[in-house]
Amino acid sequence: MPKLTDFITTKKSTWCAGCGNFGIWAAIKQTFVELNIEPHQAVNIFDIGCNGNGCNWFRCYGFHSLHGRVLPVAVGIKLANPKLKVMAISGDGGALGEGGNHFMHTCRTNVDMTYIIHNNQLYSLTTGQMSPESAQGMKTKSTPQGNPLVQLNHLQIAISAGATFVARAYAFDMQELTRILKAAIEHKGFSIVDILQPCVTLNLINTSSWYTDHMKKLDDTWDPANKEKAIQISGSWDKGIPVGIIYKEERPTLEDSYSLNTKEPLTQQVHAYDVRELLKEFA
Amino acid sequence: MNIFTWKIGGAAGDGQQVAGSLFAKACNQEGLYTYGYSEFPSAIRGGHVAFGVSVAERPIHALYHDVYLLIALNEETVQLHTEEMAKGGIIIYDSGKVTAQAIEVAKKKKIEVCAISLAELIKENGLRPIVTNIIALGASFGILEYDVNVVYTMLDKVFGAKSPEVRDMNRIAIDAGFNYVKKNYLGKKLFFKLNEIQASKEKVILNSNNGVALGAVASGCRAYIAYPMSPATTILHSVAEWAKKTGMVVYQPEDEIAAVHAMIGAMYAGTRAMTGTSGGGFALMTEAVTLSAITETPAVIAVSSRPGPSTGLPTWTEQGDLRFVVHCGHGDFLRVVLAPSDPQSAFEQTALAFNLAEKYQIPVFILIDKYLSEGYKSFDNFKTEVKIERGKMLTQEELLKMKEYNRYKLTKDGVSARSLPGMQNGLHLTNSDEHDEYGFTIEGWTPEMRVAQVDKRAAKLPAILKDLPKPEIYGEKFAKIAVLGWGSTRGPMLEAIQTFENIKYVHIPVVWPIDQKAIEKAIGSAKKLVIMENNPTGQFAELLRGITGITPAKLILKYSGRQFWPEEIVEMIKKIK
Repeated sequence: MPKLTDFITTKKSTWCAGCGNFGIWAAIKQTFVELNIEPHQAVNIFDIGCNGNGCNWFRCYGFHSLHGRVLPVAVGIKLANPKLKVMAISGDGGALGEGGNHFMHTCRTNVDMTYIIHNNQLYSLTTGQMSPESAQGMKTKSTPQGNPLVQLNHLQIAISAGATFVARAYAFDMQELTRILKAAIEHKGFSIVDILQPCVTLNLINTSSWYTDHMKKLDDTWDPANKEKAIQISGSWDKGIPVGIIYKEERPTLEDSYSLNTKEPLTQQVHAYDVRELLKEFA
Repeated sequence: MNIFTWKIGGAAGDGQQVAGSLFAKACNQEGLYTYGYSEFPSAIRGGHVAFGVSVAERPIHALYHDVYLLIALNEETVQLHTEEMAKGGIIIYDSGKVTAQAIEVAKKKKIEVCAISLAELIKENGLRPIVTNIIALGASFGILEYDVNVVYTMLDKVFGAKSPEVRDMNRIAIDAGFNYVKKNYLGKKLFFKLNEIQASKEKVILNSNNGVALGAVASGCRAYIAYPMSPATTILHSVAEWAKKTGMVVYQPEDEIAAVHAMIGAMYAGTRAMTGTSGGGFALMTEAVTLSAITETPAVIAVSSRPGPSTGLPTWTEQGDLRFVVHCGHGDFLRVVLAPSDPQSAFEQTALAFNLAEKYQIPVFILIDKYLSEGYKSFDNFKTEVKIERGKMLTQEELLKMKEYNRYKLTKDGVSARSLPGMQNGLHLTNSDEHDEYGFTIEGWTPEMRVAQVDKRAAKLPAILKDLPKPEIYGEKFAKIAVLGWGSTRGPMLEAIQTFENIKYVHIPVVWPIDQKAIEKAIGSAKKLVIMENNPTGQFAELLRGITGITPAKLILKYSGRQFWPEEIVEMIKKIK
């Protein structure tokens, strides 16, 4: 059985005191322990951003990729070895700005992995510019007169594009976040967990009290199998941000399409192949 | 003259490529060697398409310019290709499609012409318009006085087992064209014939994209992840078509950026994967090349060039992306750029690319161009053996015995052993940030580790150079004039050099890194160096001068979208004093 300390390296965190990242990191570790996933079985692909720097203190097989590119790297890993527990970790900028195209299309693949989006509605590592999640009118370093764009509704996009598990959680609600992460990892298919988190240093609008005031937990009567309602509620923001498992369905995965789960992984198949049969096509 | 060139032209969708392929196969059936090449627009229907085949009694490496027999399925063929006609050549034209006016122009140039109404022959023989091209093929063999039984044998081989009905329909079409010409144009003869020769009749015809695709399968590439772009697309088509047999995962993601990153992800996980594209698609991939470089994750990328910049001439050829591929990506890092020159070397260098990528944990490129991607060469004996070298990869047992494992351990040869995700005791961080031996991010506060990691990655160069194929020498070893080329120029040059007794051709199979000693040795005692390239500025000449100081006396350059013709190289060399 793995222990929480198994997932800690010798490196110290560089996150600001009170950063939402701490809550998310703690919950991921707790989830791995509860699901009995050993560090060597987990591959975490990190984006560029404050959250991505966490690759240094998260003990596992880590891949600190390029900005916006965690999903295609993860898809390649998963195709090569479906046995690995693959998790891609990004911020709202990498996931929805630079990586927006990958986001939409990876939903279509239904590759069996989990996507964690640290959503603080701002580019923070670059010291505070508007992100696709910033509210229209928000004043940031790159939009001192106010953000001219409307906020992107990415969970609606995700459900429409074919993601089979879509949830939202809050960084400082450890118990609920861990419950949702467990469900996401155990889900067979592409699971997205959008995690609201304050940036205590640079986002002075979307603070923890702002989130507490705006979040609206889905209650026990919520049916995550209802796609129409899920799309509708995931579009809600100002009148209450839905938190919980919004949508869930079962569908064959990308690996199923290639029958990868019934064969030895591609990593075990590298050797010389005789192509004389194929050459006959050119006769 | 021992080379015969046949060409067919018509509207896109008229089946020139099929006719060309069957023409070549019928020649192979008598032991003859062929080289075919397709010229077409970036459109599915509409626009002009031509397919040429040069035939020789010895292995042939390029398409020739001078056409002896031209099949004109439309008027444009006469307008565009009459200038290519050799003295004594014949044009067979579809009288239903080509106006008398156009033919008059050809006649004035003293070219023999034969009219044939393909639509009427379709009607008379109860055929469908789909075999119009095959009737034209039959007419070609009629003029050539070729043994029609040889053509039948070829049709049996190509269609017989799979679909006897199609074979029979094609046979009727061949007869229709063949007999019509025999009956009406008995006097029109070419002054030579294609005769049977003593050589294997069991030839294969491949282009270099086929060579890359076969090479990938043979080398254990288990995932091909790519976005379509001409002229690289047919690599994707081949491996996709074969996937059921080979078990390879062939995946077309949303764009080239995703393709290259997924390839890197699959390599990191421990399989062999590859992507392929052309210059424009590769422009989108360059950030990932740097990811491969700093994380020391193997990467194999095939780039088939077409003339740029931007969309350029999408279906034509140029060696214009050499500088780009050699220099692409931010930062300073090691890469290898292999430059195959025909389907066989495309096969071999694809296998080499995987070995180099894994042994040295670097990005490796296979740089070809449209002339190679669409150049169909015949072979008696296409070699398909490969040797797999994966470099330093740790087994689970070895890892468990280790006290401490460091993925980026500083080693003398610069290569540190890989563990793969999923293995116990092999944890590390694969980091796009500059890192220490474990992979942890370092900052500029530890400059000594930055320098050590840069030096470690660069230390692989001497061993890489030893593994690379050496320059090839053709022609007169001690000639005063040496012509130097790389990639696709080898084919037309090997043809051209047969005209001369006092010329040496130095062929460079690997364009980066530049092996100064090997190139100096290959140039040897030549007094005058000429560099021949299919681009506007002499990009290899520039690299060579930059690294070695070797400066050519003359550049032979072409950048019209067309490859070099053997005949024009001969004329250009004759002018060199």
